[in-house]
Amino acid sequence: MKIDLTDTTASKINKALVKGRRAIGTPAVGMVLTLVIVTDEENAYDALRAANDASREHPSRTLVVIKRVSRSPRDRTKSRLDAEVRVGADAGTGETVVLRLYGEVSDHAQSVVLPLLLPDAPVVVWWSVDAPRDPAGDPLGALGQRRVTDSYAAEKPVHELRSRAESYEPGDTDLAWARITPWRSMLAAALDQIDCEVVSVEVAGEESNPSVELLAMWLADRLHVHVRRAVSAGPGLTQVRLETTGGPITLHRSDGAMATLALPGQPDRAVALKRRETSELLAEELRRLDPDDTYASALRFGVDRLGGIPSATQRAEASARGPESLPVRQKAPDPDPAPSAKTSEPALSASPAADSDSGRPTPAQMPPVKKADSP
Amino acid sequence: MSSSNPLRDPADRRLPRIAGPSGLVIFGVTGDLSRKKLMPAVYDLANRGLLPPGFSLVGFARREWANEDFAQEVHDSVKEHARTPFREEVWQQLVQGMRFVQGTFDDDDSFERLRETIGELDKAQGTGGNFAFYLSVPPSAFPVVIRQLKKHGLADQSSGSWRRAVIEKPFGHDLKSAEELNATVEEVFAPDQVFRIDHYLGKETVQNILALRFANQMFEPIWNRSFVDHVQITMAEDIGIGGRAGYYDGIGAARDVIQNHLLQLMALTAMEEPASFDADALAAEKTKVLGAVKLPQDLGENTVRGQYAEGWQGGEKAVGYLQEDGIDPKSKTDTYAAIKVEVDNRRWAGVPFYLRTGKRLGRRVTEIAVVFQRAPHSPFDHTATEELGQNAIVFRVQPDEGITVRFGSKVPGTSMEIRDVSMDFAYGESFTESSPEAYERLILDVLLGDSNLFPRTEEVELSWKILDPIEEYWDKHGKPAQYPSGTWGPVEADEMLKRDGRSWRRP
Repeated sequence: MKIDLTDTTASKINKALVKGRRAIGTPAVGMVLTLVIVTDEENAYDALRAANDASREHPSRTLVVIKRVSRSPRDRTKSRLDAEVRVGADAGTGETVVLRLYGEVSDHAQSVVLPLLLPDAPVVVWWSVDAPRDPAGDPLGALGQRRVTDSYAAEKPVHELRSRAESYEPGDTDLAWARITPWRSMLAAALDQIDCEVVSVEVAGEESNPSVELLAMWLADRLHVHVRRAVSAGPGLTQVRLETTGGPITLHRSDGAMATLALPGQPDRAVALKRRETSELLAEELRRLDPDDTYASALRFGVDRLGGIPSATQRAEASARGPESLPVRQKAPDPDPAPSAKTSEPALSASPAADSDSGRPTPAQMPPVKKADSP
Repeated sequence: MSSSNPLRDPADRRLPRIAGPSGLVIFGVTGDLSRKKLMPAVYDLANRGLLPPGFSLVGFARREWANEDFAQEVHDSVKEHARTPFREEVWQQLVQGMRFVQGTFDDDDSFERLRETIGELDKAQGTGGNFAFYLSVPPSAFPVVIRQLKKHGLADQSSGSWRRAVIEKPFGHDLKSAEELNATVEEVFAPDQVFRIDHYLGKETVQNILALRFANQMFEPIWNRSFVDHVQITMAEDIGIGGRAGYYDGIGAARDVIQNHLLQLMALTAMEEPASFDADALAAEKTKVLGAVKLPQDLGENTVRGQYAEGWQGGEKAVGYLQEDGIDPKSKTDTYAAIKVEVDNRRWAGVPFYLRTGKRLGRRVTEIAVVFQRAPHSPFDHTATEELGQNAIVFRVQPDEGITVRFGSKVPGTSMEIRDVSMDFAYGESFTESSPEAYERLILDVLLGDSNLFPRTEEVELSWKILDPIEEYWDKHGKPAQYPSGTWGPVEADEMLKRDGRSWRRP
């Protein structure tokens, strides 16, 4: 059942939710959390579908916050809230409210979300795109016990990881981290089987995929050895090679589905390591709501301490030299230098903002030490 | 497994428990259980990434199959029965470790071949000599298979590897046979390497009983004789015996269900808080409860057995038990059993536990209902609370897993009229990845060597001590009452509760 509300308020939405529940004949609520999805019109559909799938495992109230961009200055001053309330079969297991914020109210989304949170139940905030620099300091993020970002969706994933590390607060987590759980568990299982000491590690994967960095940082953090990050054509992560005192351990996946695990002195074995859907990642995130210390520790290790990553200056040189130096992923690095090259185009405003927004969200935080080496 | 693995960290709770290198050998692999439950469970585990790389599945049966035929059979049953979607890459991972050994249980050659197969898998798949033997075979074949395993050295654990036995109910048909069976098994396998499957214990809701009772403050204070009036544990099936005449006749509902499932559920409901959540502590508390069970003096008044008669079940005509194929028309086997027991300790003294089970009942349902006493004083007059029953907490074990709480509430609009309402809680619907089938959980636990959810020898023997006197009494006195198929059992069962001033819940 769907109820459309135009130019409305949170209390009217609450009334619509109660009305909807009564209308479908299930007045009892068995929901275990409130999931706030912050997204834009372009990504709302996919994000909501993933959330609905995940709600089969975690019945929840899903609040989708969509900030509409107004085209004219007059519209920007006018403030309006539209809502679409879905209960029953239209909303997975639970309830969904899609909130569209126009004009001034879009800067005060928390005032709309706060009255709609389920009493007492935990709140998870998920930015499917455009996560703020400081999730915990964000007015919406501050409402949640758990703040889920996705650095994979960022323009510059490695920068993103740096800023995640700088602004980390317990409760932060990232879908790029959830993506590597199967890899991590397979590597842990491999080390269970062999008594040896790891000497060095190489992690290979496609270039602009922060999961590769996260896996490398986790390994470096846990094993205290040199970890090299290598670039391959993908898809996603392709290989982890652990040099150990007992011989090399490799976990290799070239097609994004089927991997081969090679252990010294043992036959090669096939392992299914599929790249998972967003809904599965989200369901994994919602399973545990306590701070993920392992993630924090891996993140804090610092992306700049990994070996093998082309440093920022090298990358600038590489892209200046032109596409032939990076035959496979030539598209990805392109947008990096683009904003400075192309003259200021409003459509690209996201990129420069990510570069120079230290003034906007959290003026007090983040000593920009790590950024010293940026060009 | 080395505890010094630097990639393992107790704080890292995303990492699932993956079983170490190992394989599973299924005896009786062509049977129903294997096709409908075990093979799909193995696939689902693989699909969730919980099986080790190189995991091997060996089938042992009489049929003349090659490895490929066996793989095809598994493929079909996985496609039909698996809970998670079929994925080719997962299948490819599994199929590399699939073998079939053709033979009969008394044939030495085939066990020799089984040994060679295991040796070959250790080399090709790196299973490291770790194998679990799943005995999905008729009770009569138990001792044979166990002895063959010993004779051919299949049960010998060499350094660092393990061999485990997984056995299904029935664990004997009375105390004596159970003791014999335990002796046979434990002569070959160490007691901590024997896993008795009671699939109910693998269910989320059953594990939730412990969470609900011991992780909360609001239930435990009332979980005793001062507040609880009685407990009803029901396991009802809507089907008849189907093709299982040979197995079922002579065994009956009480031995088939009460002895294992219902007494285990009762133990979990009634036990004291374990000191920790490990296998020993849990077993100690369950054993204490089962040891404290006291049967009523008059078994005739406090037990009922029945047989389903002809009738209509859910819109279909059903034949009576005595008319089923392969059943002796004079059979005294019970297809319905209801008993009353008490737990003789400080917490439960005087609180009856009613256990009932039956085939061809109203619908398929398993639940535990803890029914509370009425409020000691009511400020409302009699007419206001006429419709008010007793408060209850119900654990719905299957099919719709969850918890129901029943309490009184005012009827809106009336001056003061109080009536029962139910509040349902359902968490983790069974179609999600995280709410595994019981068999998945149990097979994984076997491979991990985690025996929390498996009844132990003492529990099995204590359960028989509870049931044996009842079976003996039934043997000597009377015969089963008849109840029409599709109803909630014989009237004698209703009368039994009526004598205590109570009535059965309609589940």
